[in-house]
Amino acid sequence: MSFKRSLLTATAMSLITASSAFADGHSATITIATVNNGDMIRMQGYTDQFTEETGIAVEWVTLEENVLRQRVTTDITTKGGQFDIMTIGMYETPIWGANEWLVPLDDLSEEYDVADILPAMAGGLSHDGTLYAAPFYGESSMVMYRTDLMEAAGLEMPDAPTWEFIAEAAAAMTDRDNEINGICLRGKAGWGEGGAFITAMSNSFGARWFDMDWNAQFDTEAWANTLNFYKDMMDASGPAGYATNGFNENLSLFNQGKCGMWIDATVAASFVTGDDSTVADSVGFALAPDNGLGKRSNWLWAWALAIPAGTQQEAEAKQFIEWATSKDYIELVAANEGWANVPPGARTSLYENPDYLAVPFAQMTLDSILSADPNDSTVEPSPYVGVQFAAIPEFAGIATEVSQEFSAAYAGQQSVEEALEKAQAITNEAMEAAGYK
Amino acid sequence: MATKASRSAARLMMAPAVVLLLGWMLVPLIMTLWFSFRTYLPLRGGDQGWTGFDNYVRFVSSSAFWPAVQTTLIIVVGVLIITVVLGILLAMLLDQPMWGQGIVRILVIAPFFVMPTVSALVWKNMFMDPVNGLFAHLFQFFGAEPVSWLSDAAMPSIIMIVSWQWLPFATLILLTAIQSLDSEQLEAAEMDGAPQLKRFFYIILPHLSRAITIVLLIQTIFLLAIFAEIFVTTGGAFGTRTLSYLIFQRVLESQNVGLGSAGGVYAIILANIVAIFLMRIVGKNLDN
Repeated sequence: MSFKRSLLTATAMSLITASSAFADGHSATITIATVNNGDMIRMQGYTDQFTEETGIAVEWVTLEENVLRQRVTTDITTKGGQFDIMTIGMYETPIWGANEWLVPLDDLSEEYDVADILPAMAGGLSHDGTLYAAPFYGESSMVMYRTDLMEAAGLEMPDAPTWEFIAEAAAAMTDRDNEINGICLRGKAGWGEGGAFITAMSNSFGARWFDMDWNAQFDTEAWANTLNFYKDMMDASGPAGYATNGFNENLSLFNQGKCGMWIDATVAASFVTGDDSTVADSVGFALAPDNGLGKRSNWLWAWALAIPAGTQQEAEAKQFIEWATSKDYIELVAANEGWANVPPGARTSLYENPDYLAVPFAQMTLDSILSADPNDSTVEPSPYVGVQFAAIPEFAGIATEVSQEFSAAYAGQQSVEEALEKAQAITNEAMEAAGYK
Repeated sequence: MATKASRSAARLMMAPAVVLLLGWMLVPLIMTLWFSFRTYLPLRGGDQGWTGFDNYVRFVSSSAFWPAVQTTLIIVVGVLIITVVLGILLAMLLDQPMWGQGIVRILVIAPFFVMPTVSALVWKNMFMDPVNGLFAHLFQFFGAEPVSWLSDAAMPSIIMIVSWQWLPFATLILLTAIQSLDSEQLEAAEMDGAPQLKRFFYIILPHLSRAITIVLLIQTIFLLAIFAEIFVTTGGAFGTRTLSYLIFQRVLESQNVGLGSAGGVYAIILANIVAIFLMRIVGKNLDN
């Protein structure tokens, strides 16, 4: 072989080697879209350990809740293929699973122990009995309250309060001169923000989104009672500008000591008792309120990891999901940051662990999760599945517009009656266009 | 003088750029038109065929359409008035000799370099928050009740935020125009005893008319599509849903691409009507 030919062969070989090495390197990187919640941010901090163990690199796209929902929905419907793993919830998973847009998680390893996932979570993340997303954490909602302010008001919070008691306690704790609001609740427009809260609250007032023929129900007394009660209570005891407050805004207010009570996601419990909270030592927990009608106002939700169908990195993505939602990950966080900071609400074994049950909010979180039933969330029968949402594709769009009308009523720009009239028209118009009627 | 051959060569060399730019505009436009005549619901099985003018009728007969058009026009007009009036004042002020002129000018034009999303977030969280915002603290300091800007005064707040972003642009264009004004003309008027206001209305303002026209045209084109500031601050609530925000809601939140595309076509028509109107009425200045 001449020198020239040898050189050519060597160059070709090195090119092939380099390109295959590049391909290998490329295949070992997965891109994950996630929400900017505390537990997810914490998970990102441990990603290096996953990479060390498996050699799979991880790229994060971290987004605010509303933006994440729009980005991943657009990506999955247009088959954009930007992400190998998506953080989605109980609303999206059954709909996307039914459309075969997600990879079924029916072949996870034995050590992973799928049977350990809380039945409420597994049920909400499945379609036709097949799991399509693994819960990173699960949540319901509950009352978080200031024990010192309750005591000063001469009141005692029951484990299962009524709305009437909550309104009384809120009024008693409100101290405008010292910037203390009796109660902080979501009022921000958006189906997953204020929309989720008011829907869960309406369940306890006997309201529902649709009757069995998919007619909107905002012209009922139950909805008028819900909205009037919410607005009266928040006007009297809520913070200024509550119509624009969502989860993060209320968390900040509570941690600054400016809320007597806050009814929101159980996952917030570790934040209000953590280092960033100025009131960590005096926080108590109770079930979300009811009205004696048989339904409480707590929701059920899971932030879960799912793999979009068609990804080139399916095996690597499954490996990551098994790692991030495993019992080992929970123990990893517990060992480094304490049991109070582990992702809650996803696994049965966590609630059998005495170390975790010693955490003040652990039992209340479990009780809240267990008291929410997505298949039977309303007093009157309803045709939809979901506690704080109706699991139909049209819901996100409708509920966002409806919650915008509600927020305008909270801000005093229109009456409750006007907001409900508009909500009724918006919902019926959309349902008619979608072919339900 | 260009020969026939050199002109042909120039056309040939420019052709790729022209084709690329045409494609850049035409492909999305044709796709928007195509989808606007189809029932396209990505979450409900995708493209479900022709629907004629149904999407157009539904979009325009929806209760949200006219309020959205009205909101868009209020924001455009509000921002234009504020930026042009304040822009003229600032430009005249910056034209005066002063100590630290360079730094002052940089500070004035700085907001233009901040991304709309970032500036909206800063205004929302640092200034307008009714509990922790700077304005709330100022109001409390003077014994007044803090204002919930983004819910109680959502439209004025958004107009204020957008005006803050666009004021540097207007100031910069107007300042350049003022600097090109012949100072001898002003001195002569002053020596003839013309008062300051008359000097402004009869000499400075007519001289600025072309610059004002440019500001109006460029800002209008951008403001008709305003989105980020509304998305970040109010999420379209409290009467701040513009036409572009409504289209976003239809396409992305309601996942109805056909309906949203019909809205997009309406937006293009509206933008062209406004642009033609502006060109006819104020654009005449550019010919003089």
